Amino acid sequence: VSRAGFDPTAPLTPSGNLRRRQLVSRFAEYGATGAAVFAVAVLAIVIYTVFSRGVSALSLDFLFQAAPAGIGPELVGTAIIVAIATAIAMPIGVLIALYLTEFAGSRSTHLIRLTLDLLNGLPSIIIGLFIFGLIVKPQQTQSGFAAAVALAIIEVPLIARGSQEVLLLVPLSLREAGDALGVSRWRSVLGITLPTALGGIVTATVLSVARAAGETAPLIFAASVFDPGRYSLNPFEALPNVPVRIFQLSEEANPTGFAEAWGLSFVLVSFILFASLGARALLARSRRKLAS
Amino acid sequence: MSSAAPPVLLDGAQAARARSAQRRKRLDRLGDRTLFAFCLLAALLAVATILLVGYQVVSGAAPAISKYGLGFLTSTTWQPNFGEFGAGSLIFGTAISSLFALLLGAPIAISIGLYLSLLAPAGVRGVVAPLVEMLAAIPSVILGFWGVLILAPFVQGTLEPFLHDSFGFIPIFGAPETTGASIFTASLILTIMVVPIIASISRDLFTAVPRDVQDGASALGATRWEVVRGVVLPSTSSGIVAASLLGLGRALGEAIAVAQVIGAGSEIQASLFKTGDTLAARIANQFPGALTEMHKASLFYLGVILLVIGLVSNLVAQWIGRRFTFQGATAR
Repeated sequence: VSRAGFDPTAPLTPSGNLRRRQLVSRFAEYGATGAAVFAVAVLAIVIYTVFSRGVSALSLDFLFQAAPAGIGPELVGTAIIVAIATAIAMPIGVLIALYLTEFAGSRSTHLIRLTLDLLNGLPSIIIGLFIFGLIVKPQQTQSGFAAAVALAIIEVPLIARGSQEVLLLVPLSLREAGDALGVSRWRSVLGITLPTALGGIVTATVLSVARAAGETAPLIFAASVFDPGRYSLNPFEALPNVPVRIFQLSEEANPTGFAEAWGLSFVLVSFILFASLGARALLARSRRKLAS
Repeated sequence: MSSAAPPVLLDGAQAARARSAQRRKRLDRLGDRTLFAFCLLAALLAVATILLVGYQVVSGAAPAISKYGLGFLTSTTWQPNFGEFGAGSLIFGTAISSLFALLLGAPIAISIGLYLSLLAPAGVRGVVAPLVEMLAAIPSVILGFWGVLILAPFVQGTLEPFLHDSFGFIPIFGAPETTGASIFTASLILTIMVVPIIASISRDLFTAVPRDVQDGASALGATRWEVVRGVVLPSTSSGIVAASLLGLGRALGEAIAVAQVIGAGSEIQASLFKTGDTLAARIANQFPGALTEMHKASLFYLGVILLVIGLVSNLVAQWIGRRFTFQGATAR
């Protein structure tokens, strides 16, 4: 369009180069939206498969009987292992978070945070090798306790990181009020800081439990030689557990085994989804409470 | 009472009050110290754990290290029955499967980050962001099981033949195997694991890019894509690299899901559709059945290699993330 031949009645749509640029931008937007749709679709497919195949295996007998009819011992074993792991990891994680927020100087903060990041990034199979060398080999036997220690190592950085975030959200005015009344450090930590941050700490713990419950690699070293046909409550023997059982069943080409594995997956995934969503809701609530 | 203080006459009530105040002070000092001691102990325990992990893994590998030395890294024979071990093909499998997963996953994840931070309406964002993170919450053993029964047959029956027919002239797209257990399938599973990690970090990075810089570019006539290309991506590039490295670290170390779908092959092959194996998967597959000490030590040696690669990629990611973060945005 030449400048002389300016046509005032031409429609106000972009042409030429601008049109091309806007098209490119439009396609980039479609691409980004498509990527998000793709990720959600993959999640939907995986969860739909697990639910649709798992639900047919489900029954009261399946949940409470021992193998071959059910998965009771695995559920109990996983519950015990994760409970011990959390009992170990929660105090340590919260204390590390307290150390970071209350005591550490900038140098040690750096070191501890780096350590937590490295622990968090440690492949879980390495933690399995570690536990094998540290506990299983000296004791000459696998045990639920060794499995719990492995899971605790996985949980600690998650709990510490999450707790630290909420501890930092505790309003300064609350601490200052305590200081003004002459309350000592430990009383103000136990009486003011921790109760205020409790919601967030519980959230972090629940999320770490959801993560630990499905960890398989360390348990291969610590609790993989078990009899799924017998209930066991003793943490000093290899407890039957859900993730390793799924792994074992998936390696055998056996249709009834697959059905059992889908049932196990269904229970595990529902627990994890339920815990994550619950923790998320709890976190949003405690954030709101702290912010107001 | 210190001797320097002037003698004061106290009646009984005052004396009692002073005594209780003093007791309280002592208790407080004790409490403060105990709290500090416990906190410090916990922090030191974390540091000690990292060091102990390194020590245990290396000492478990000691027999293999002293027997094979660094030649272990390049030797490609792995024959437990003959007592011959080498990590070459496993290092190859680890590198190929992880890099391919990153190649597929990083663009998808960065696009998701862009969508969530710049495009999505607030309501949609509130739903999609948690869903993407939920993808990371699915246990790897379940993803692997799904991979064996659902993904692998699809890959073997549909995806691989299609790629082989269309791009078969490129050696990496060779003829499909019979089971669908392949490096390619493992890469797809790893992609699913890597995407949520990179997506959530890059979303945080993009959200932290100041609004007025973007608005300035828009005011100069840049389209939305040009704002992203010209402002958002360049200012966060180092963070994106750090995020990708963290994703890579996750992919390198994944044992269970890979062990389920990769097929435990022992040869280096050009085609992605052949079976292979990774360091982590080999440990998971063979450790329970390892009978000889040298077999176990060699598996520990694989762990040492994995630990070194993992620590390096993690440290580099931390370093880049800390060093070049965009105005307070952290890479983690």
